[in-house]
Amino acid sequence: MSTTAIPTNTKWWNGGRSPFNISYGKVMMWYFLMSDAFTFGAFLISYGTIRFSVNHWADPNHVFNAFPFAGHANLPLAFVSLMTFILIFSSVTMVLAVHEGHKMNRKGVEKYMILTILGGLAFLGCQAWEWTHMITGDHAVLVNGQIEHWGTTVTRNPWGPEVMHNGAMVATPGPIAFGGYFFGITGFHGFHVFSGVIINLVMYIKTKLGHFDQRGHYEMIEKAGLYWHFVDLVWVFVFLCFYLV
Amino acid sequence: MSSQVSSPEITHAPEHASGTGRIWKTFTVLSVLTIIELALGYLLYWKHGEWGYTPVITTKLVIAVLTLLKAYYIVSIFMHLGDEIRNMIMTIIVPLLLFVWFIVAFLWDGNSWKTLRNTDGGSRANQTEQHQQHVPAVEKDAKK
Repeated sequence: MSTTAIPTNTKWWNGGRSPFNISYGKVMMWYFLMSDAFTFGAFLISYGTIRFSVNHWADPNHVFNAFPFAGHANLPLAFVSLMTFILIFSSVTMVLAVHEGHKMNRKGVEKYMILTILGGLAFLGCQAWEWTHMITGDHAVLVNGQIEHWGTTVTRNPWGPEVMHNGAMVATPGPIAFGGYFFGITGFHGFHVFSGVIINLVMYIKTKLGHFDQRGHYEMIEKAGLYWHFVDLVWVFVFLCFYLV
Repeated sequence: MSSQVSSPEITHAPEHASGTGRIWKTFTVLSVLTIIELALGYLLYWKHGEWGYTPVITTKLVIAVLTLLKAYYIVSIFMHLGDEIRNMIMTIIVPLLLFVWFIVAFLWDGNSWKTLRNTDGGSRANQTEQHQQHVPAVEKDAKK
């Protein structure tokens, strides 16, 4: 669509203009996001390496089966699906804010930025609930011949292989890497969501104060949008690696 | 459409779509892909213990491909990378190709570790110790 405006014989590398045809700020945001992608990628691949190297790993459908106010109902994938849709939807409101920015419509940008911020806060609330539920969980584990009740933390994994004990199947401690990777990676992602919410809040205030109207363009909203979409993009892979497979 | 030529670095301001139809269409595509992923996830849950290695790994690979498709739509449409010129697309996509090596090498490494451990470094036949206990490193912590 945009390329229709560009003559085909443009000499991009002759100097005097950006060979990428976008501003310095946006190029640098892209390069930052690329480095961040490698950070997340390294985390997730390290998790994959450890998971591939052990004989037993926690079954996500077994670990993540709770839903707020649903008591002990077995609802695998339900809560994390809700979180996924919250984040996809906040990505849509963000891209709509960028769209309104192109049209220089301040009211529209304000409306969609507020919705995006609310989506981010809703996601963080969900994650806080999920972490609390996992840490304060109460699962029977056979440790040194005794039944103990464990939550999932960075030092305890109650989701190990099941063994027969006094005529009933009971779990044994699993690889402790599970909690470390889960809390480490979802925590790193959650921190990105948190900083994304702060950035969006700053952008909302700057929009409200009319800074972008004075500047003549809403490119800052586009840069914040790139960061926000990246957070959604990372979640897509976290969702795959921790919950689906 | 002359809304912004924000800096002298940009020769031609991109023409932005006037409607939001494409955004909502992408939202629908992402939602449908997520629902298919969830359906496959439930299929794995339902067939747990029944299916052997091959159907399970195939389903998981299909889910991974659908995830890559979602990533494509987010980057291309929501992040507008698809609307940039070819130079820009290449400067982002080409370095990301390192991930191909990164994933293959390290998952291979993990799997090799497992085999070495299960065979005592290749000195005996492969046997998976299903009953093996992973005793947590911090025993003293268990008292709390």
